[in-house]
Amino acid sequence: MSIMDIIGGILLIIGSTFLFLGGLGIFRMPDVFNRLQAGTKATTLGGMSLVLGVGFLQPDWIWKSLIIIIFIAYSNPISSHALARATYRRGHYPYIKSEDKENMDAYQEVVPHTKEKEDKA
Amino acid sequence: MQSLTFNQKLGRFILNWILLMLVWLMFTSTLFWQEVLVGAVVSMLLSLASIRIFTCCDFSILRPDRIFWMIWYFFVFIKALVVANFDVARRVISPSLPINPGIVKFKTKLKTNYSKMVLANSITLTPGTLSVDVVGDTFYIHWIDVETTDPEEAFKIIAEPFEKILLKIF
Repeated sequence: MSIMDIIGGILLIIGSTFLFLGGLGIFRMPDVFNRLQAGTKATTLGGMSLVLGVGFLQPDWIWKSLIIIIFIAYSNPISSHALARATYRRGHYPYIKSEDKENMDAYQEVVPHTKEKEDKA
Repeated sequence: MQSLTFNQKLGRFILNWILLMLVWLMFTSTLFWQEVLVGAVVSMLLSLASIRIFTCCDFSILRPDRIFWMIWYFFVFIKALVVANFDVARRVISPSLPINPGIVKFKTKLKTNYSKMVLANSITLTPGTLSVDVVGDTFYIHWIDVETTDPEEAFKIIAEPFEKILLKIF
C-alpha cells in the first residue's frame, strides 16, 4: 500500500460522498433550478475527485484523467446553463419562497411569464 | 465576427495547434514518433477548420502578467468550487432545507464573448449561484439564497472577485 494508493482512495471517498450528496440534493430540492444547483456543483467536484483518484491509483492514466477533469470543468456549467434556460423558456418558472414574488425573478423581463401559476415540478 | 489580420490568424492557428497537440499527447501518453506524427497532422487540420469558431486569443495571451493572473484565477476558482460544494452539502443535509431562491441580474464590464463565457461558467460553480442566461452584458443568475435583488449589490457579492481578475487577463 503506497502513498499513492492512500491518496487515491481518499479522493475516491471524497468524490463518491459529494456525488451522493448531489443525488440527495436532486431528491430534496423543490424545483428544477434548485435541483440543477445541487446537481451541478456536487457532481463537478465529485466527478473531478473520482477521476483524479483513479489517476492516482493507476499512474499510467494520470494525464488522461487531467484531460477529463478539464472537460468536466468546462462542460458541466454549460450544460446546466442550457438546461436552466430551456426550462425557463418552456414555461417552468422558479419556485420562490419569499413574499416579494415580483422582484425575485429578474429574468421575466427577458422571457415574460405566459402561464399564471408557477410550476412546482 | 471582426475581421482578423493575417498575423492574428497565424497566431491563433499556431496557438490552437499547440493546445490540441498537448491534448493529444496527454491522451496518448506516449512519445512514439508515429503517434506524434498522426497527432500533429490531425490537430493541424482541426485547428485550421476551427480557426474562426473556437479560438479566443493569439500569442498576446501568453504575456507573463496575464499568465500570472491566469494561475491566480485558477486558485481563486478552486477555492470557490470547494466552498460551493460544502455550501450545497450543508443546505442538502440540514432538515429545514434553508433556501430562498430567486433570479437576480447584474451588468458586467467584460467585452469579449470568451471572457463572458468564462465568467458565467465560474459563477455557476461558485456558492449558491447558477447562470441562467447572458443577454448582451446582463447576466441573469439563479441564486439559491437571495441576499439582495439590487443589481449593484448582487454584482459585488457574486461576480466581482472573478471579474477583477478576468479584466486583467482578457
